[in-house]
Formats: sequence, C-alpha cells, structure tokens
Amino acid sequence: MGVEGIGARVTRKEDKRFLTGKGRYTDDMTVPGMKYAYFIRSPHAHARIKGIDKSAALSMPGVIAVLDGKELKADGIGNLICGWMIHSKDGSPMKMGAWRPLADETVRYVGDAVAIVVADSMGEARDAAEAVSVDYDVLPAVISSVDTLKPGAPQLHPEAPNNLIFDWEIGDSAAADAALASAAHVTEMEIINNRLSPNPMEPRAALGIYDEAEDHYTCYTTSQNPHVARLVMSAFYNVAPEHKLRVIAPDVGGGFGSKIYIYPEEIVCLWASKKTGVPVKWTADRTEAFLTDAHGRDHVTKVKLGFDKDHRITGLKVDTIANLGAYMSLFSSVTPTYLHATLFSGQYVIPAIHANVRAVYTNTTPVDAYRGAGRPEATYVLERLMETAARELGVSPAELRRKNFITTFPYQTPVILTYDAGDYAASLDAAMKAADWDGFPARRAESEKRGMKRGIGMSCYIEACGIAPSAAVGSLGSGVGLWESAEVRVNAVGTIEVLTGSHSHGQGHETTFAQLVADRLGVPMDSVAIVHGDTDKVQMGMGTYGSRSGAVGMSAIVKALDKVEAKAKKIAAHLMEADESDIVVENGTLKVAGTDKSLPWFQVALAAYTAHNLPAGMEPGLKEGAFYDPSNFTFPAGCYICEVEVDPETGKTHIVQFVAADDFGNIINPMIVEGQVHGGIAQGVGQALLEGVHYDTSTGQLLTASYMDYAMPRADDLPSFQVSHQCTPSPSNPLGIKGCGEAGAIGSPPAVINAITDAIGNNDLTMPATPQKVWAALNAAR
Amino acid sequence: MAKVTLTVNGRTVSGDCEDRTLLVHFIREKLGLTGTHVGCDTNQCGACVVHMDGKSVKSCSILAVQASGSSITTIEGLAQNGEMHPVQAAFKDNHGLQCGFCTPGMVMTAVDLINRHGNSLTEETVRAGLEGNICRCTGYHNIVKAVLSAAAEMGTARQAAE
Repeated sequence: MGVEGIGARVTRKEDKRFLTGKGRYTDDMTVPGMKYAYFIRSPHAHARIKGIDKSAALSMPGVIAVLDGKELKADGIGNLICGWMIHSKDGSPMKMGAWRPLADETVRYVGDAVAIVVADSMGEARDAAEAVSVDYDVLPAVISSVDTLKPGAPQLHPEAPNNLIFDWEIGDSAAADAALASAAHVTEMEIINNRLSPNPMEPRAALGIYDEAEDHYTCYTTSQNPHVARLVMSAFYNVAPEHKLRVIAPDVGGGFGSKIYIYPEEIVCLWASKKTGVPVKWTADRTEAFLTDAHGRDHVTKVKLGFDKDHRITGLKVDTIANLGAYMSLFSSVTPTYLHATLFSGQYVIPAIHANVRAVYTNTTPVDAYRGAGRPEATYVLERLMETAARELGVSPAELRRKNFITTFPYQTPVILTYDAGDYAASLDAAMKAADWDGFPARRAESEKRGMKRGIGMSCYIEACGIAPSAAVGSLGSGVGLWESAEVRVNAVGTIEVLTGSHSHGQGHETTFAQLVADRLGVPMDSVAIVHGDTDKVQMGMGTYGSRSGAVGMSAIVKALDKVEAKAKKIAAHLMEADESDIVVENGTLKVAGTDKSLPWFQVALAAYTAHNLPAGMEPGLKEGAFYDPSNFTFPAGCYICEVEVDPETGKTHIVQFVAADDFGNIINPMIVEGQVHGGIAQGVGQALLEGVHYDTSTGQLLTASYMDYAMPRADDLPSFQVSHQCTPSPSNPLGIKGCGEAGAIGSPPAVINAITDAIGNNDLTMPATPQKVWAALNAAR
Repeated sequence: MAKVTLTVNGRTVSGDCEDRTLLVHFIREKLGLTGTHVGCDTNQCGACVVHMDGKSVKSCSILAVQASGSSITTIEGLAQNGEMHPVQAAFKDNHGLQCGFCTPGMVMTAVDLINRHGNSLTEETVRAGLEGNICRCTGYHNIVKAVLSAAAEMGTARQAAE
C-alpha cells in the first residue's frame, strides 16, 4: 500500500471546493434569461380535477405562463413508469396505473403535481400560483396498506382492482409449512417497518434549457444516475431523443436512493422550457421534498420462524404487505420483492423459506428504494425474530445466531442468492469484544442503582450489493442491465482522465477512483481527474445506488486500466527493445524486469501520441473503454451491537454505545468507508428512535412535512460510534470489494430496538421508539 | 423594493430587492455567493448559517433589509490568502463532510462555537452546539471530531500568540 494507493486513508480531493463554498449544485446554476417554476400541487389525497382557472394568475406581474396536464398530454409527453416487471404468483403482470407528470383528470396524493407557473422570480411564481384556481371533486382516500385491501376501500387506479399491484411469492411454501408444523419451537411476530423520508440535505431541483436553433435540450438535475434519466426521458416520456438531450448532474447533495428516480419536475421543466422559450428552473422547498421525494420502507409483516429441539432453524414463513403509495415509482416493484425477500436467509442456514409479498396502492407519496432498499426491512424482521427467539428459548442471542451461521461457501440459499464468501463469526466476535459483551451485567447493575434501565441488543445483517449481473436481473424483470462503464484517457503528458458512469453524491469517487489509478500505475493522484455526471462527456452509465460504485463502477475502471496498461507495455517494450512480457509498471515508470532500463509513464504516453515510433500496425493514442458486468452480487455482512439506557420516568432512550463490525471485503479508503458506516448508522438509529412519516388517516394530509414535525437525527441525538472491519475478499470482482454504503442503515434498527426491548422487558414496541412509546411499553410491562 | 447595503466578506455591496427577500436569497441570487445553502423552510437545518457582525445567524431567518448596514461573512470569506481556516482544514483532515451541502453552514456554526467556547469544548458541548445544523451523511461522528480538533488547534495557536 502506497501513501495514495488502495487501502490508504487519503483525505478527499473534492473537499476544498465544498469547504470553501465553491461546490456547484443544481440550484446554484443560472443561465441567461432563466425563469422560475412553481408547481401547483393537489391539496387533496384523492380528487377529480373539474377545471383549472388560470385567468387571474396570467395577468399577474412577472408571469410568463401557467401550464397544465392537458397541454402536457397534448404535446405527447408520456406516463411515468416503473422499470422492473414483477409477475404475481398466478402469472399475471403487475398492475401499473397511469402516472401523469401533471395530473389531468385525477390526483391521488397530497402533493400530486397539477400545473406550473413560470415567472420572472420565484416570489412572483408563488404569488401567481395562489391565484390559480383548481376546482376539485374530492374523493374518499385510503392511507393504510392494510385498509386499502379491504372490501369497499376507495379505488385508486382502474388498472389495479382492489388496489393490489401484485401478489408475489418466493421459496417453497409447502416445505416452509412442513418445517413449521414439525418445529420444536416457533417464534411468531407481526412487524411494522415504519415509513421514512430520505431527506438528502440538498432538495431536488431541475433546470430545463431548450435551444430552439439546435432543437436540443439540456437538463441540470439532482440525479444519482443522469444517464438513466436521459434514457427514460427519451425512451418513455418522449421529452426528446437521446442525442437531443443532455443531462448533467453537477454536485449532488446526498440522495440515499431518492435521487435515483426520474420525477415529474425534470420532465415538466424541460417541456416548459420549449413551451415558453426560456430556461426554466425549479427547486423544491423542504415541504415539497417531504411531499414528493419517494418515501422508503412501509411494510407490515407477519412472520413465523421454526427451530428444532437443538435450536437449529428449520423454516421461515413471511407474509408482507408493501405500501407503494399512489403510483409505481421507477424501482418500486423490485424493492419489496427481489431486494427484500431474497435476503431472508440472513446469515443463517434455513432449510425452508417462503415469503409472500403483496404490493398495494394508497393515497400517499410513492414509495421506492431508500438506503438499503428492502434489505433493511428483511434484516429488521429476521434480527428481531432471532433476538425474540433467543429470549423465548432462554439462550444467549449471540450463541443462537452463532449456532445457525452459514460457515461454508459458496452457499446456495433457498431464495435465489448464492453467497460467495463470508466469516460471520469473525464479525460477531469482533463486535462482542469491542462492546465488552461479557461486562454488560455489571453495567446493567450499575444503571439499576441509578434507577435507569439498561439493555443490550445485536443484529447480524447480510445484504446483496454489487447490483447486479445483467442477465440475472433481466430474467427477474429488470428493464435495464446493471453493468457499469469506464473510460481511461491518458493524455499526451501522462495525466489521466477517468470517465465513469457512476456518480458521486457524497461518496468521494473523485478520491477513491483516483486512488485506484494511482495504485495501479504509480502515478500521483493529483495527475488523475475523475469525470462523471454529464451525458455529453460519459457515454453511458447506470449510476450510484445499491452500494455498487466500488464493486461494479471501479471494476469497470480496472478493466479499462487493464487495456491501457497492456498497450502501454507494448509501446514500452518496443521503445526499449525488450520483450513485452518483461515490462513491469512500478512507481510511475515502465521497467524491463531484471535490468536498469526504464521509461517514465509520461514518455510512454507521449510516444503513443507523437506516434513516431510505435509497434507495427498499432493505432496512435492511449485511451481505452470498458463495460463491466458483474458475475454475482456481493455480500457485505456484519454484526452491530447497541447498548442503551432508558429513563423509566420519561421513556427517553440514551444510546450508551454503538459498535459496528463489518466485512466489506477489500477497502480502498478506510476513512471514507468508516464515514459511510457512520452515516448509515445515523439513518438507522433515526428510523429506530426518531423518524416516521405520518398521515392523517382520514384526510390523507401529510402531518410530517417539515423539520418541525419530522424528527431528523441531530448531533445531540447520537453517540460516537465504534467501527471495525473484518475482511473476506469478494471473489466475484477483480478488487475483492463488497460495498459499504447501506450496511449502517441495514444493521442498526434491529440492534437498537433489541436493546430497548431488553432494557424495558417488553418486546411489543414499534419504530420509531419515541419516549412516549417506550414509556408506555415499559409501564405496560410493569 | 428596498435598497440593501452590506459589507460582505470585506467588500461593501448594495442592491435593490423586494422587501420580503431573505438575507440568504440576497446572498445567493443578488451577490452570486452560492456557497450559502437553503435546506429547509423552517429555520431548522442550518445550511444557510453566515456570520453577521461576528455572530452566527441563519440567513433564512432574517430579511435582507434587516441585515442592511451589517458586516456579513459567508463561507466564501472564511479562507484567508488562499489558506483554509483551521475549521475548514479540520473538516478535511477528519472527513467531516460527504456530500458537502450542509458543510458551509456547519463550518460557520463551528467557527462561532469555537470562538465562544474555545478550548473548553467537549464532545457533549459540541453536539449541543451543532443541534441547529442537520447533516444527513456523516452521522456527525467526524464533524464532532473535526470541531474538537480545530478547537484544540486554534486554542494552541491563541496561546502561542499571547
């Protein structure tokens, strides 16, 4: 490991611009003649639009246009789609209702976009929006995923009778039933996974610019995957053909999944720019973000886990209802199915598994993947079950888990996945040691003396990352391949540009990707620039989500570097009159092994471009591209331990310590990986203790639509974390990377809740475990 | 319309704006200083923190006209002669930022916190002091480390100067 190479704690190249106020986010962009859009949104959860009166607004100062859904439809702009086909167990395709970028007949959730005002200033656009009169015929609404399936529930989409999108299953139902019937002990629970709002700190924004002379569109947008945005807006929404549409995602201020999707606003801004002849910018305020950014989670699950007399797991049966909200967002169908139910084997040998998932429509904000995407939901179910089972069986939760760990690899689970490598006991041991597990009884006794309730809880998570082998996801219904692309351009002076289809929104790709190049070629990181986030620069890419940018994105760079190195070696061998197989790359020079002959990297690069003396038949230049399609998922896993103290007078939970022991395979930059774990844990602790989206169940009004009402984790809500890494390299990609972006959010919620239920002696507790709920549970147990 | 005159990062600037214009919008849109961010509508997130006459304020919580006549420092004015302020350097050294969006407000708050408390800051007081700045990426772990590290360094520098 060099000072800048793989494994080094290199500080980030991108930091200076962020720290000095020179970051460039979408809302920072201004172009000549730019005007502002304000979206008029439905104040009702369910209603028919009877008419829109724009006349008063159109005469107000600064107003350029008021545009509505009928005009959008007349111009041929298509419906928003879900890009992953799921079939119900009866073989029928999922029932996708129409989602118009601007509703023209029916609105289905509070916040559904109806029209926009374009004006000279944001203030004028807002003022005019208040003067637009939309006449609604209000319809009954349904909010809860359980209620929406009941007979007589309000119906959302004619395409989806009974609000049922699909009724899907995985695994062997008969085998799971038989295993549970003959089990010596069955642990049974009903588990709710609370609805969350992702809340990247940068609100979504879009700037649409239409160039009439070129008949060309440019879209600046807050996207985790600008190429997918361009593809979808071209192929499905009929905004413009791909070669007439440039999508740029500049600096992106967090995403956590919510900026994967292509939303109505970027489509409408592009269309409105053509319609009005001026560039049109929209930036969400925070309430709009709460109303319209895809939410996460919202599962209701009934589950049974069977054990034999030796406490070995025999079978698992899961029945989940997943609330997808009012419309099917881009990847909403895969999140509760293949990203969720395929993880139900956890870290354990479970001979029989069956999971049934029903996805439903409700009059709420669309739900899609949020940090972890299905895997936190599966982990929460399984890890609360394991802890509960240990209590029921009267055994140590650590030893019950250890007894059931998968220990030989590759391991084929009953739910599709083949785990390729892992050492679950190593992470369990590391976490227990770091948490001083054995010292807990003494600490509990000390807390009791002070009148406090102390508890400890763990969770052993696994996730599937490196998403994903294209043929595999294609066979499961994905509309896209999930490879990644890279291009390595070596300039004539030897400096290097790496173009990648991954797109950082906080992950530090400009640093870690440069570290990879520095490690490989021995050139300084400063001579490497990472280019991303612009469809005019990078040809194609699939973007950053699912902890895939290391395992998939960097693997593509490795493939391109392989080609660059091979060509550079050929040139060096020719120039030094040596055999190509004797050329080695070391510290920025190409050497003839066993001799003192060498050429610095830049001279080889220069030779490639002067082309005065190249091997016979070789093309000039030194630039290579590659597409990398993974051969398998990767399987990060680990053990988290949370220790809490609960004040019985107030129900307030204080996290005394939080330990994370993760196996991410090989690590490029431990500093950045630790940061990812910290942030993930904070979101998981947020879910467990603070966060929850709440609707008024009769009116469908979103009650948690600002930071005054939705409790975000703040600095004084959290402890510092103890983080360690174990390593079994992934055999499925050239760098042995597994991925680290989501682990913290996946592993932490059950650890926190297991700790609180241990402290209060009552397992009947839902997230978020607010002081009020904890106090009530504690007093119910007394 | 109102006329607003301010000293921003040492330069006197003035401009006309609507009476209702918030200081943050004046800074971002009239002055083009886009390092100061807007992350919420309710004075909660702290992405817009600047210094007004040496004290940290949420620039979304006051009107530009209210700030007229004052001296404002934004994130763009913190580094001197191309050298990052010790708090900025500590954020980089301790990986106290990821997406960077909350960072300007977080840094401006931290500078004020250290100015007010100096070396007496502890993890607990730093966490309490940053309660009005929301970060969604870092879990605050490395931000707290960065602030404590900067406080120690600034304290040492102050002692050396005395």
